[in-house]
Amino acid sequence: MAVTDVGGARAVQRVDNDIDADTQLDLLRVMLRIRCFEERAEALFLAGELPGFIHLSIGQEACAAGACLALRRDDYITSTHRGHGHCLAKCAPAERMMAELFAKATGSCKGKGGSMHIADFSVGMLGANGIVGGGANLAVGAAIAARLRQTDQVALCFFGDGAANRGTVHEASNLAAVWKLPVIFFCENNRYASTTAAGAALSIENVADRAAGYGMPGVIVDGNDALAVHRVVREWAAHARSGGGPVLIEAKTYRMRGHYVGDPQLYRATDEVEAQRARDPIDRLAATLAGAGLLDLARLERLRAEVAEEIEAAVRFARESPLPSPEDALADLYVNPIERMP
Amino acid sequence: MAVATAPRTETGARTLTYVEALNEALREEMRRDPAVFVMGEDVAVWGGGGVFGVTKGLVEEFGEARVRDTPISEEIIAASAIGAAATGTRPVAEIMYVDFIGLAMEPIVNQAAKMRYMFGGKISIPVVIRAQQGGGRGNAAQHSQSLEAWFAHIPGLKVVVPTTPADAKGLLKTAIRDDNPVIFLEHKVLYFTKGEVPEGEYTIPFGQADVKREGTDVTVVGIHTQVLEALKAAEELESEGISVEVIDPRTVSPLDIDTIVSSVKKTGRLVVSHQAYEQGGVGGEIIARVVDVAFDYLDAPPQRVCGKNVPVPYAESLERAALPYKEEIVAAIRRVL
Repeated sequence: MAVTDVGGARAVQRVDNDIDADTQLDLLRVMLRIRCFEERAEALFLAGELPGFIHLSIGQEACAAGACLALRRDDYITSTHRGHGHCLAKCAPAERMMAELFAKATGSCKGKGGSMHIADFSVGMLGANGIVGGGANLAVGAAIAARLRQTDQVALCFFGDGAANRGTVHEASNLAAVWKLPVIFFCENNRYASTTAAGAALSIENVADRAAGYGMPGVIVDGNDALAVHRVVREWAAHARSGGGPVLIEAKTYRMRGHYVGDPQLYRATDEVEAQRARDPIDRLAATLAGAGLLDLARLERLRAEVAEEIEAAVRFARESPLPSPEDALADLYVNPIERMP
Repeated sequence: MAVATAPRTETGARTLTYVEALNEALREEMRRDPAVFVMGEDVAVWGGGGVFGVTKGLVEEFGEARVRDTPISEEIIAASAIGAAATGTRPVAEIMYVDFIGLAMEPIVNQAAKMRYMFGGKISIPVVIRAQQGGGRGNAAQHSQSLEAWFAHIPGLKVVVPTTPADAKGLLKTAIRDDNPVIFLEHKVLYFTKGEVPEGEYTIPFGQADVKREGTDVTVVGIHTQVLEALKAAEELESEGISVEVIDPRTVSPLDIDTIVSSVKKTGRLVVSHQAYEQGGVGGEIIARVVDVAFDYLDAPPQRVCGKNVPVPYAESLERAALPYKEEIVAAIRRVL
């Protein structure tokens, strides 16, 4: 199977025989950015600085980073209501995203979308989505468009164990398989659909087992192992890119926070969450890199400090940005609106 | 196909069926722009292009990549078209009967209509979703509804309801070129009606009603078949010296309320008619907007002549009782005069 290197052609030290050191460090940096962004957003929300509600992906950073860094900038992703990590990993600017959470005019969506509707088409990020499973069919559409435009772009659809039970995911899987479209269905099985345990809504243990029903490969990967996620997405993206058709990858991960910030989490035991701390994807990658001689404590602290400064700058930018003008509520609906007519 | 064999009228203009006119629009736009493609259930193969033949001959000319038969999966027909529209193509997706569009409402309402707005106006969704609707062919409750009001209610969509073959062609071409999501609703009873269609290239702008017949005593606004029923009513009443103006809005979103208001200011009386259920229908919206700005011009309460508030029944006698025809329009006109 063709496997392409994402880190470029530079000769670099390899700690693993197939992922170069720069990419491994990039994975760590991206995961730290996501963690820092979300911990900051959580604190700001609890302090009453952010309106609406937000959903955090803390604990799932290896999925976002591992998958997105295995894609090209012009590849597409569709995301979920828990999409901050996907956006950041696909290189959407943190300051615009933070400003969007603050509902400011400088936000990614000019304050019209909020946390659940961040998109940045310039980096192929086709949108977080407030509708569970809503991104699956959009990703299939992007893959159809890529084929019609005769490019070799692929579309990766993030969805959760909850969305796996939506009819839309079934329709998307079937059509992508029938038409051999370049779609990567990437299920982040974080064990909970809102407050419902995956086991209470799935009669099988693995979402990936459903792939057989569509005649597509199903792959299970440790979703808290960034290198493993990266490797598997890179491999199957190359497969899809070369006309091999879609794949269903199930990443076994764990949602460390509640469904939303403020969720009292009465549906799971504290012990269960505590036990998962040993699987923390950032600690694991840092340990792996340290073991390979790529990272020492000083470098890790430096990375953390750089990331923290970037996110603090994003918060400052957001705080200092203006609110949208009330008249903007009526703008941006149609391209070339007809005067006096919506 | 249609062009070469189209019969000529006495004046030399072509007459085409509504289906042929739509087919011509699709063919011309697909030739003009390689980003345009068609997808839906049975659009390529069945009887040579859809249940009613609207897409006839397209797969032969443009190939299977641009004329795509889909599984019976309405949600993905609409949603993948929306995704493809967001990423550089111009899909024309077909939902075979508008009654099935309930299965595709999520992507239409929550994705297509909202993506541009909620992403801050930075993207466009140039998708057309075609469907045919309406009763009058004994197709019963799940194949006969008229649902334009569902979509007219949603900001972010445009809703097109052509009545004549010429309008169908010009409006479909406009829909395909429009950078916004367009719900293009055809009517199954109109499919095999014929009308003059101009030669050569033309489009018809959205938000421009067409006065199908001028009159001075009463304004009748009709949608789809009800334009034709209103014209029949106008003809019948002409012998009694009653002059009826018949307006076809052609698009219900955007709605050209100005043309309707101007007419009402002249006639002082308003009747609106559609096959769609009366409750929550577009007729009520039209009346409300006329009353907003022209209350003082009205000499009688505006009337609605619409589908009864029941599912469309199967038996011909029942279906006729549930749907509005010329007789009901005539009666409504008499009430306001």
